[in-house]
Formats: sequence, C-alpha cells, structure tokens
Amino acid sequence: MNLNTVMAHRLFWPVVMLLVLLIINLLAFPGFFSIQVRDGHLFGSLIDILRNGSPTLMIAVGMTLVIATRGIDLSVGAICAISGAVACSIILGSSDPGSPATVAVAVGVSLLISLVLGVWNGFLVAVLGIQPIIATLILMTAGRGVAMLITEGQILTVNSPPFKAIGSGFFLGLPISVLIAAVIFVFALVLTRRTALGLMIEAVGINPEASRLAGVRARGLLITVYVFTAVCAAIAGLVLTSNQTAADANNTGLFIELDAILAVVIGGTSLAGGRYSLLGTLIGALVIQTLVTTVYTVGIPPIATMVFKAAVVTAVCLLQSPRTTELIESARRRQAHRRAKAVTA
Amino acid sequence: MTESQPAVSMENISIEFPGVKALDGVSFRMFPGEVHSLLGENGAGKSTLIKALTGVYRIDSGVITLAGEEVSFHSTAEAQAAGVSTVYQEVNLLTNLTVAENIMLGREPRRFGFIDWRATRARAAELLAKLHLDIDPNSRLGSHSLAVQQLVAIARATDIHARVLILDEPTSSLDADEVQELFRIIRELKADGVAILFVSHFLDQVYDISDRLTVLRNGKLVGEYLTDELLRIELVQKMIGKELTVLEDLERKTKQQTVDEHELTPYVRAIGLGRKGSIEPLDLDVYEGEVVGLAGLLGSGRTELARILSGVDRADAGSLEIDGEAKRIRTPRQSIRDRIIYSSENRREEGIVDELTVRDNIVLALQADRGWFRPIPKKRQDELAESYIQALNIRPANPDALLKNLSGGNQQKVLLARWLAIAPRLLILDEPTRGIDVGAKAEIQKLVSNLAENGMSVLYISAELEEVLRLSHRIAVMRDRRMVADIENDDLTSDTLLAIIADGATTEAVA
Repeated sequence: MNLNTVMAHRLFWPVVMLLVLLIINLLAFPGFFSIQVRDGHLFGSLIDILRNGSPTLMIAVGMTLVIATRGIDLSVGAICAISGAVACSIILGSSDPGSPATVAVAVGVSLLISLVLGVWNGFLVAVLGIQPIIATLILMTAGRGVAMLITEGQILTVNSPPFKAIGSGFFLGLPISVLIAAVIFVFALVLTRRTALGLMIEAVGINPEASRLAGVRARGLLITVYVFTAVCAAIAGLVLTSNQTAADANNTGLFIELDAILAVVIGGTSLAGGRYSLLGTLIGALVIQTLVTTVYTVGIPPIATMVFKAAVVTAVCLLQSPRTTELIESARRRQAHRRAKAVTA
Repeated sequence: MTESQPAVSMENISIEFPGVKALDGVSFRMFPGEVHSLLGENGAGKSTLIKALTGVYRIDSGVITLAGEEVSFHSTAEAQAAGVSTVYQEVNLLTNLTVAENIMLGREPRRFGFIDWRATRARAAELLAKLHLDIDPNSRLGSHSLAVQQLVAIARATDIHARVLILDEPTSSLDADEVQELFRIIRELKADGVAILFVSHFLDQVYDISDRLTVLRNGKLVGEYLTDELLRIELVQKMIGKELTVLEDLERKTKQQTVDEHELTPYVRAIGLGRKGSIEPLDLDVYEGEVVGLAGLLGSGRTELARILSGVDRADAGSLEIDGEAKRIRTPRQSIRDRIIYSSENRREEGIVDELTVRDNIVLALQADRGWFRPIPKKRQDELAESYIQALNIRPANPDALLKNLSGGNQQKVLLARWLAIAPRLLILDEPTRGIDVGAKAEIQKLVSNLAENGMSVLYISAELEEVLRLSHRIAVMRDRRMVADIENDDLTSDTLLAIIADGATTEAVA
C-alpha cells in the first residue's frame, strides 16, 4: 500500500490526531506508556484512558447507527441519569443491597426501562415523523426531571460491592467497564456488518424514499436503532453511577451526548447520514478521552480546557472536510500529471 | 458561420475520478451567436465537460479560455460572474422557495444593504413575461410541474447577463409546445450573440436548433462537425461507434407474437381502481408475458396509475386481483412480495442510493425482501453484481464503484438490475429511457422484449410514442386522469395513437 492510498483513507486524520496526542503525552510524561500489573490488574495512563472513555464509547456506538439513519439522539445523557437513578433506588430500597441478586434486578429493571425510552424515541421519529433532533430533545429535557422524581431530588449514595464492580472492578486483568464497551462495540459491528442491517441503515440514511420503493421497512429499522442507543446509554449510565457509587439526577451523563456526537463526527461519519464507520467512532472516542487526559498531563490550566478541546476538534474536522480532501486530492493529481508529462518529455 | 474568436475554447481537458477516466484530452469550442450541441452516449463525458467549464469540477490538465482569456473557475459563482450560466439536467432549484426567490437567488436587488423585495419580484415577473410564462412569482416553486420548474431555471439563467448559456437536457421534461417555446427563446438569445451549448438526447431537437455538433465517446473527442454537413445516421454511428439494426429486428418480433391468450385469468386485474385527486376509477388487465404500453401526456395520470398499482400510493377505491385472488397492496414492500415492481421515473430521488456501491444498489431490493437478518452471502452478491454488469453492459464494470460516479444511463441500468434480481412478474417501467442515449435505449428496449418473451409482464410508460408502439402488445391511453382507451397494438400508427391521446376517444369507439 503506498502513501497516497493510506492518506486518502477516511480514518487517516483521526488516527494521526490520536497518535499526536499520545506522543505529546509521552513527551510531557515519559512514563505515560508504561503499564503495570498490580494484584493481577493492569494499571497505567493508557488503561485509564480506556476506562474513562468507555461510557462515551458505549453511547457513541449507538449514536453512530442513529446518525447513519439521518437521525440524532440528544436524550442519551438523560437516559444515563434515569438508569442510574432507577438502579440506585432499587438497591437502596432492598433489604440486602450487597447481594448480587439485588444488583442483577436493579440492572435488569434499568435496562428494561431504557428499552421503553428507546421505543418512545423511535415512535416519535419513525411513526409520528417528528424530526429526530426535536423528538429526542423532549426526552433530553423531561428525562432529567424523571430521574429527579425517582431520586426525590437527593443524591442516592449506595454501598454495594457488586454494583461498584461494574464501574471500577476488574476481570481478567482489565477494567470491567472496558470489557462492557468492547462487547457492545463488537456486538454492533457483527450485528450490522455480518447481517444486512448496516446496508439497510445506510440506504435509509442516504435516500429514504428510494429505500421505501425498494421494499426496505424503515420504520422497524429506526425503532431498532433508537432502542439500541437507549440501551447503550443505560449501560453507560450504570457504569458512570457505579463509578461514583451515587446517582446524581442532575449531573450523571451531563453533556455526554455532545461527546458521543463528537466521537462519531471525528470518526468520519457524516451528520447528513448514510455511510458510517464504527471503527472511526472508536478512534473518535479515544481521541476525545486522550484529549481530556492530555489537559492534565501537559498541565493546561483548567480554565482553558474547553478552548483546547475545541481547537483539537476544529483541527480534525477541518482536515476531514470534503473541501480539504478535494484540495489535497486535486493538488496531488496535478503533481502526478506534471510528473507524467516530465517523463514523456 | 464565420470563424470569429471563440467565446469558449477548451484545449486538451482531462479529468479523472477514482476508478474512472471521465475526460481524456478533450478539446471543445463555442462561438458567439451559435448553438452548439454536445452529443454522446451516457458516460461519454458530456456532463463532466460541462461541469469542468462551469467550475464544478477542477480539471487535472488542459486550458480553458473565455473570449481569448485563460480562466480557471473554482466555483459556479465565479463562472457565472464571468458570464457562463448553466441550466442542469436535473432541476437544481429550491422547491420550498418562491418562484421569484429562485430566479433572483443570490442576485437580489438591494436597498441600503437589505434585499429590495419589491424590485426582486418585479424583475422576476419581467423575466417570466419574457418567457411567456404565466405564473405568480410569489407562488412556491414546488407547487408547479417539472416542466414549469425547468422554464423557471432557464429564466434564472437568462437573467445572469450570460455570454455563454449551457442547457443540459433542458427538454427532457417538456412537452412539444413547451419545447417550441424554449427554442424561440434560444433563437432570441442567439440573435443577441450568446453562445449556447445544447445537450439533448432528442436528435430531432438537436438538428432543429443547433449549428454545430461535437461528439464524445468514452471520455474522448470523436470530432466537431457543422450540423448541415453531418447526416443523422452518420451522427448515430459516431456516437455509438457501431451500426444500429437491433431496433428494427425488435419491432418485427413484437408484431409477430401479439398475444391471443385472453381467455386465461390475467396476472394482474384492477377493478375500479382509483384514488381521489389522483386518478379516476379504472379497469386494467395485464396478462402473463404481455407488454402493456401506457401512453398519455405528462400529467395525464400515467405515473399515478403505476404508483397505485405498486402500492407506492394507496388506492382508495376499487380492488386488485393477482392470479384471480383479491389482494390488498398498501406498501411497495407488499407489492414486491407479490413480485409487482415499480421503477420510478424519478431516478435521482426515488431510485438510486448514490453513496452506495453498484453492488449494494443491485442487491438492495432482494436483501430487503429477504429481511436483514438473512444476509445474501458475499459470494452470491458478487455473482449477482457481476452477471448483471455483464448482461446489461454497465460501465464502468466495477461492482465497487459508487453509484454517484456513474452516468445517468448506467445508473438506470443498475436500477433495472436491482429489480430484475428479485425476479418480478409484473415490472412497471416509468420512463426507463428518459435522458438516455440511443445505444442504451436500444439495449433497454431489447431487454424488455426478451423479458416478456420469458413470461414477465411489463407495464411500459413512455412519452415517446414510437417506443410504446414498438414494444407493446396492447396500449392503454390516459387522458386527464382517466383511462380513455385500451386497445390491441395491431396496426396502430403513431398518428392514430396521437389522436386518441389528444381527443380521448372512448374504448368502445376505438374497439
């Protein structure tokens, strides 16, 4: 493979950005890449990036599919809050908060509720035909209120070792939250690319009317995608809540929808819908999390964090824009032509 | 014609897309006060050449000069500012804005920095009047027919004080009167010294209006000719690079085997089928292996009937029988289940999925019919794609090419492949040859005839009567949203058919 084909790849710039960020970290903090084994668990900055980025990645995976259908889901943050609130209130209300059975029930009920919330989003979009940004804005706003009602306005702190394990436990040396994110990622990849679901999603995203005439059932497809995203968000909510050992209706998953959308965009999936890349989303999520880490390792003052983040995101988006790609492409072609001419002359 | 300084001169232009060499060292020139036709099959590079001239595509090599000055446009806006104005094949206007806004968009007269709406509307009205187009400048563009939208696009182009006017397939959605109207305007512009580039697949129109012809084939220049010095048959040979006898054979074949199987149950029978505001209730039988032509003017209800038969629009009156059994078809998905397929006239919006590959587009309907959880194995997909690319002569023959990089005619063939892959029993083809060159037209017509021989029923809709007469066993005529005739195609001529379309003789009167 020559350099040109590598550079033309849609994931070229996101990968470069990720590598640049990692190298900056390495320069600022030489021990950045070191990974130690303590008590059979892996520790190190890279592991931290994976672990802290896992909730964003979980949501971004679902978001990728939603965006591919020309949609968007703003309600994921609120769903995080609801699922955390539901789980914590069940655990607190039980006579035996520390038993795995209690936690299993809490998790099960949270996921079931997220399923209903996903159906609601899908119903508004696919059946009533409301624009996705408006349809999911409803739950984004109302969801935090619902979470507040469940927690009765309190921050519910739970003391349950099995529940705590979801966010901060280890399995086979790796953080459990990273494993969950990996499972969701692989599941989505296999589900959409080993079946024809991915093709259908892309077709509907590119040309809904042509897809309808070709016999694609967009309605079921859209509902499925919104339900999947809601379930992903609920799982992310459980991880976040477990990490803090507390459900905070106001702050759990706050602005996570924006990070997830950003991860999708950095990964090269267009907000206009159509072709998507889950691998791109994975890289996008890693870029975002590494960025946050970089802020600390490099010692950027916290007040400038947001500005720094925005600068990096702008850079990636500029490099990926069709206009830039076109300019680079045509410049290269003209150079090739000149070279060819020089050879013949 | 004096060989004065050309208004436009393009020398050795090359453009390459991923996997496709769209233009290969093509030269082209236009003179003031002359109509120059650009001819070639689909994929010959006509649209690409136009887009190179108007700044949509950047050229990889070559020189473009405008009235002797070398130019390099980076956008259509730059080209327009230099006096090169374009009306594209597919109407590129904003249907949700008003007619006046569309005509004046980006060039609205201003007062104190704000848009002067009164002047904007006045100027738009003036331009419409010049084209004898009697519509309200304040009406929404989307509320008008495609033909009117096309004329609005031309009004927009003529407002820009154009030295060079490019008309890419301007007549494909116009009826005969509207074409004459357009030609009158073209001649006026010509008299004003505008250089006009005219692209059309209708050779009659090309010979009617143009002074000079340039023929392209496979992205290469074949030659430049004066219209008066080139016979039509020579032109067609230059365009397709081979002699054309297929069509005559076809006609003979169709005539021989007109069906006489009407005692049988029809495959599809519509009884009193109708939809309010769309078509009046009507009856229609289609037998197995029969090609039924559907004739009528634009807006007569041809497309509407097709859409109702295939569940794209729902019928609100009457019933449908398939193989003698009553069926309710409410969605395209259900009709595909019963192997009734509708191929829309609106290729771009209701046909192609342009960002997907040729292969994905071919398997789409078959895959949707199987359900997403039963994917067609990759190997089978490749076989399907390869075999249709070969059978329909799709160019470039690359299943991984994105459909948007193919020419209109090849996109149409990919669509046909999509429908054929699900083995339809009734294939409803709505203007399958619109905007397609002679060669591809013949290929598609031949295909239709072969399919019918093998037992497939076809409902064939086309504005070109010759085509309908050549292919159909039976012809149904629509007029003002009613079916006015349903007759055997024994010794019908285009004149009798035209009379029925125009005067609307009833079924009884003709039979």
